[in-house]
Amino acid sequence: MRPAVHTLHAEWIKLRSLRSTWYTLACLFAVGLGITALAANGAGRDWDTLSEADRLAWDPTEHSLTSYIVAQLVIGVLGILVVTSEFATGLMRTTLTATPRRGRVLAAKVALAAAVAVVAGEVLMFAAFLIGQPLLARQGVPSAELGDPGVLSAVVAGGLYLAAIALLAVGLGTVMRATAGALATLVGIILLVPALAGLFPSWMQGVFDYWPTIGGAAAMGTVADPDYPHPWLNLGGMCLGVAAVLAVAFVLFRRRDV
Amino acid sequence: MSMIDVRGLTKRYGPHTVVDDLSFTVEAGQVTGFLGPNGAGKSTTLRMIVGLAAPDRGSVTIGGRRYAEIPVPLLEVGALLDAAAVHGSRTAYAHLHALAVSNGLPRRRVGEVLARTGLESVAGKRAGGFSLGMRQRLGIAATLLGDPKVLIFDEPVNGLDPEGIRWARDLMRSLAAEGRAVLVSSHLMSEMAQTADHLIVIGRGRLVADAAVSELTHASGEGTVLVRAAEPGDFALRLSAAGAGVREGLEGSLVVSGMSAGDIGRLAAYHGVALSELTPQRVSLEDAFMELTRDSVEYQGVAA
Repeated sequence: MRPAVHTLHAEWIKLRSLRSTWYTLACLFAVGLGITALAANGAGRDWDTLSEADRLAWDPTEHSLTSYIVAQLVIGVLGILVVTSEFATGLMRTTLTATPRRGRVLAAKVALAAAVAVVAGEVLMFAAFLIGQPLLARQGVPSAELGDPGVLSAVVAGGLYLAAIALLAVGLGTVMRATAGALATLVGIILLVPALAGLFPSWMQGVFDYWPTIGGAAAMGTVADPDYPHPWLNLGGMCLGVAAVLAVAFVLFRRRDV
Repeated sequence: MSMIDVRGLTKRYGPHTVVDDLSFTVEAGQVTGFLGPNGAGKSTTLRMIVGLAAPDRGSVTIGGRRYAEIPVPLLEVGALLDAAAVHGSRTAYAHLHALAVSNGLPRRRVGEVLARTGLESVAGKRAGGFSLGMRQRLGIAATLLGDPKVLIFDEPVNGLDPEGIRWARDLMRSLAAEGRAVLVSSHLMSEMAQTADHLIVIGRGRLVADAAVSELTHASGEGTVLVRAAEPGDFALRLSAAGAGVREGLEGSLVVSGMSAGDIGRLAAYHGVALSELTPQRVSLEDAFMELTRDSVEYQGVAA
């Protein structure tokens, strides 16, 4: 047990002693909350143009949490850098010489990234909700409170979703061993594929039910979506996919020469 | 018992055999130089010793154990494989602190190794601003954290200024004098001649020589003798007749091989030739190294 704690402690020192960690977290909140505020300020105009059916489907909670689309990219960068910054500088050799149990090193990185991302993700999503809703209300647009049905679980789901993306990024960083390649792949997964989802063959649509930004993000809504009757299952499915990527990462990390 | 025991080590990258059935041992209490031209497989061998690369065949043990089985590696082995392997925006102190913590070493060790490597004044500075020489010192500091019995340095004097080279040399000598096994790779024979007690020379991944420094200089080819005589042409004929190899040296001198200075002197006396110089030319370690690895240099320049 003690060696695992030492490894975790060492990884924590490494993470907090880099300025880039703090810059990335600052960027996460600036971007996430900035987009929330901008979107909320535009909501009054949008509301006036909405049809009756659209107004019925209006989901103020989801509206405030939509900033996750960009925030997941920033938290992903954090996850990628946990691994690739060591490969880029060659520090990984020093790390693995000091701790030859490679599984333990990667497990510590995953655990640390998960802890940081859960905290940052939840704080961001709660802040986005608590900042977004008063802005909506001020413009006479229907808004929600944390106690309303489904709201708390949607906000919590947002934080967990961001943490899962951070872990996906750790896995991609480990597999790719290079920041640029891992980031490009992450952007492809979370932004490009969802944007082009309609072009894919129909059998892919089943996978998209659990894909980031598509089905995987459904739990951030409070209005029932007929496509996703059990949105937490979709989020759970996405987490399984992330776990599969991490499993591949562990196998490669233990086997490859450094 | 040997501190490092390399047996039949082989590593292939695709069709290239980078390390080829390499066996040697590294003993405690001395500096072992690990020499070879660039691309000879030195770094790959060192990476296999500390478990970063997996051998295709063969094994390495340190103090009788495989590296991965050592419970607290920094207490047993300190390895500097690449001085640039530091995150540039981390301070020297944080870099060493994280390493110490990863092996459960007390924090005071960080201050102690910073002092031994003369880096106390820059402990709080980011490593990105360090000169290559300072990075080498930081890398050496990291190897000393656990006060290990085995030290491995890959090209540790690269980028050091003359003062730094002398410091590194003295440090390695003193580490060996403390009873540790010190393995130092280099492609510079002249550097190793002043630092190492024992040499392991490889070329194209194969063992070329494994001997004490003193043995190596004697073994590799007999020396030549520089001779100056009043009538060099005449004497050259007599030398050849006596079975020696003779070629012309600078300024009318003769370079004689295959005959000792004593025999040359006797031959001159017998024929009544006056010699103005008779100097045995010692084979330098540098020449010995060139001789040993001539066939195994990966890229050879053509003399213009």
